[in-house]
Amino acid sequence: MNNSHIVITEGLVKHYPIGGGYFTALDGIDLQFGTGEFAGVVGPSGSGKTTLLNIIGSLDSPSEGKAVILDQSVGELSQKQAAHLRKKYLGFIFQTYNLLPVYTVFENVEFPLLLLNMSVSDRRKAVLDALEWVGLNDKIKSRPAQLSGGECQRVAIARAMVKKPRLVLADEPTANLDAANSHHILQTMEKLNKDLDTTFIFATHDDKVIKYLKRKITLEDGKVIKDEIT
Amino acid sequence: MTAIKLALRNLIGAGLRTWLSVIVLAFILILIIWQYAIIDGWDKMAIRDMIAWEIGGGQIWTEGYDPYDPFTLEDSHRALPQSFIDDIEKGNMAPILITQASIYPEGRIMSILLKGIDPSQQVSELPTGKLLEEYDAIPAIIGRAMARDSKLNIGDYTTVRWRDVDGTFDATELVIADIFKSDVPAVDNGQMWISIDNLREMTQMPGEATLIVTDQDYTWTGEESGWVLKDYDFLLKDMREMIRLKKVGGSVFYIILMLLAMLAIFDTQVLSIFRRQKEIGTYMAMGMTRGQVVKLFTVEGAMHSILAVILGAIPGIPLLYYLARVGYSMPAGSDSMGLPIAETIYPAYSVGLILSVMILVIITTTIVSFLPSRKISRMKPTEAIKGKLQ
Ligand SMILES: Nc1ncnc2c1ncn2[C@@H]1O[C@H](COP(=O)(O)OP(=O)(O)OP(=O)(O)O)[C@@H](O)[C@H]1O
Ligand SMILES: [Mg+2]
Repeated sequence: MNNSHIVITEGLVKHYPIGGGYFTALDGIDLQFGTGEFAGVVGPSGSGKTTLLNIIGSLDSPSEGKAVILDQSVGELSQKQAAHLRKKYLGFIFQTYNLLPVYTVFENVEFPLLLLNMSVSDRRKAVLDALEWVGLNDKIKSRPAQLSGGECQRVAIARAMVKKPRLVLADEPTANLDAANSHHILQTMEKLNKDLDTTFIFATHDDKVIKYLKRKITLEDGKVIKDEIT
Repeated sequence: MTAIKLALRNLIGAGLRTWLSVIVLAFILILIIWQYAIIDGWDKMAIRDMIAWEIGGGQIWTEGYDPYDPFTLEDSHRALPQSFIDDIEKGNMAPILITQASIYPEGRIMSILLKGIDPSQQVSELPTGKLLEEYDAIPAIIGRAMARDSKLNIGDYTTVRWRDVDGTFDATELVIADIFKSDVPAVDNGQMWISIDNLREMTQMPGEATLIVTDQDYTWTGEESGWVLKDYDFLLKDMREMIRLKKVGGSVFYIILMLLAMLAIFDTQVLSIFRRQKEIGTYMAMGMTRGQVVKLFTVEGAMHSILAVILGAIPGIPLLYYLARVGYSMPAGSDSMGLPIAETIYPAYSVGLILSVMILVIITTTIVSFLPSRKISRMKPTEAIKGKLQ
């Protein structure tokens, strides 16, 4: 196993049961991602981008083939082991932000650290650092409802980054944002990618995102049809 | 610990809905504690009064005597053995002779129990001293309930008719020397008390008694043929059974109230698990196991009752304290099922009572919160994140 690769898929296939038969959403994906990559999976709607990211994120398991994340084979992990993997090493950014509405900005960002049983002072420092990265130090007491979409997504980025994960998976992070906010967020992530050497994998069909990618993997009907360094 | 902290955050964040359930639960908690304390207070009072008025430190019955069967009275009398006479002289015992009789208040006929007791006895709180006063008829004392039923007042005369030991009818005049107030129906309802010497003379049963009441501080350990000791276990059995029934009867109401509250919490849980799928998916994406999420939601639901305990204590402690001071006036004509009952009952709170009610409510809430939360453990994180489950 090549240690510089934090994600390896081999002959990855995902079937979804449909009616009496199966729908093949991923059809033999062979990919490797190295540490510090800033890569994106692009392709038309329904091409399997979300499905691939979910498997890499150990939220779903392959039907055939393998997906190895940080030396752990997703298909062989128990529910608990998968949760542990996510808790320690993975960060997620969603199209719809998925912030906890009753929590303040601070508490939202703090959440992953609570799961890691970090001490109060360590948590506080880490949260303030993360909010600094996304430029939201002045909003720590606000609740998500009081924030703009761009600010919400920045909170979500801070929440994904606060524990300094090895890998961040971002599924359509800009789909609900305007151009200016999209650029702002991508610049933020680009900087974090450089400063912390965190690997980013996007799923997107947004040209604004694609411009920032260092590697562009094109999916079509569950197959990789192009994999280019840009 | 984390689960409790997170649950508390979520719950308080949920606002009004939470407080509504919490307030209802707190209200139910206070009500249940108060109701049971009233029954416990009643129970204590009833035992105290029965001991003071009726049963003393226990009774000794003539063999065959059955208070529920008046026909046994005819044969339930016998001469006192010497050991009893000694104890009576020492004030350890008071003999009581009972016979059936009729009185004729306002031209009606009324069946009563005519009870003879030693006027100088100190065993019962009955004001028997009044029986020593001089009248031109045989002095009798009656309780308030009897006074009400017979419409007799102090100083009133009434004719009494009875049968002596040979079954011969005889009649004489009684005068009401006193009306006493006792909460014990067994010394009041349908009975008149006269001096035991008068009754022995009237029935031609010299030196005899139907039963003996012993002093509260005296335990009879002797043995006399024809006499049977009836201890507290026996004498209080019926009362305890009826109090227990009262408790069960009262519980039905609270069980219904609790069911309603639990239904509300169950509903809140089902709804919140349905509406918060995305949140559940997010928890899982951030690395919570399904078990942890189930626990979080269960604790959140259970927290309703914990908040209710805490918040209920704020008005509850002074309120329950106040109610203990003023007592509870039994509604007029409330059915006491023949139990001793005071006009005002003072609730008896005990740590055991309060703790068990709290624990019961917390456990029930936890179970009710857990049941719908189990659904989470069957959710797929990918579906939950999309919030598309139905
Ligand atoms: N749970 C499911 N059951 C059945 N089919 C599914 C399921 N999830 C996804 N699919 C199908 O798999 C295919 C790939 O879906 P996926 O969500 O990965 O596409 P995508 O590339 O992310 O599309 P989009 O750009 O619209 O988000 C689609 O055709 C979709 O209908
Ligand atoms: Mg998608």
